Amino acid sequence: MNSTPDRPRKVSIIVSRGTLDGVYPGLILANGARMEGIEADLFFTFFGLYAVLKGFQDKLRIATVGNPALRVPHAKGVPLPTLLGALPGMSALATAMMKKEMEKLDIPPVSEFLQMIHEAGGHIFACKATVEMFHLRPEDFCPQVEKVLTVGEFYERSAGAQIIFT
Amino acid sequence: MPETTIAGHTVTVDEEGYLTNPSQWNPDIARALARDLGLELTDAHWKVLEFMRRDFQERGTVPGMRRLNKVGGFATKDLYTLFPDGPIKKAARIAGLPKPTSCV
Repeated sequence: MNSTPDRPRKVSIIVSRGTLDGVYPGLILANGARMEGIEADLFFTFFGLYAVLKGFQDKLRIATVGNPALRVPHAKGVPLPTLLGALPGMSALATAMMKKEMEKLDIPPVSEFLQMIHEAGGHIFACKATVEMFHLRPEDFCPQVEKVLTVGEFYERSAGAQIIFT
Repeated sequence: MPETTIAGHTVTVDEEGYLTNPSQWNPDIARALARDLGLELTDAHWKVLEFMRRDFQERGTVPGMRRLNKVGGFATKDLYTLFPDGPIKKAARIAGLPKPTSCV
């Protein structure tokens, strides 16, 4: 129950992808860390930044093209052919189906999940290089983003932490 | 299942010390389990524990954070203040419920 020596005391989780399935593992890891009494930093970079962008964060989708593991109509069905995956609405449909399953498991939407992690004492950051590349401003981010960090500041914050790249 | 004595009551527990039979639980046991975790139970704690026990009785699983937020009406922040470093695990343990099995 109490912390044992073989457990990390802090994790620094990097979220670099902007698909629904690219973002959720990092959120679940960060929230799970806090639930175990482990400190957690979340660092959003490249397309992962969409998870903390107002107006975009709850519109993340599953890729139905270039995703050979995606099967229909359920996880043990047949692989979705690339050309079908490219049809308009396929990504939205796959995303809606997965979100329905997540809702059943009480996994919150991205914006609510970030709020939960923030309230749990997790820290949320955006990557400076990406912010500059994408021409973003501080007001573009959801309020849980504490700061835009350089890679150097990220490493300073991560001293003694386990760094997890997703 | 190992048996142990908590606050003068004999209860069965799992290998991690969670009560295996919620009906063996009582407030004295809760206070003793809380003290083991360094917590003194206040009214605010009891509200959470009572909700969790009631919800477990109805649904058969320990409620997750979102259910505590939405159905129980407890804010995440407050739960971390009441039960620092692991609100659901600690509250479940004190409430005489099994170790939570959900990832969220």
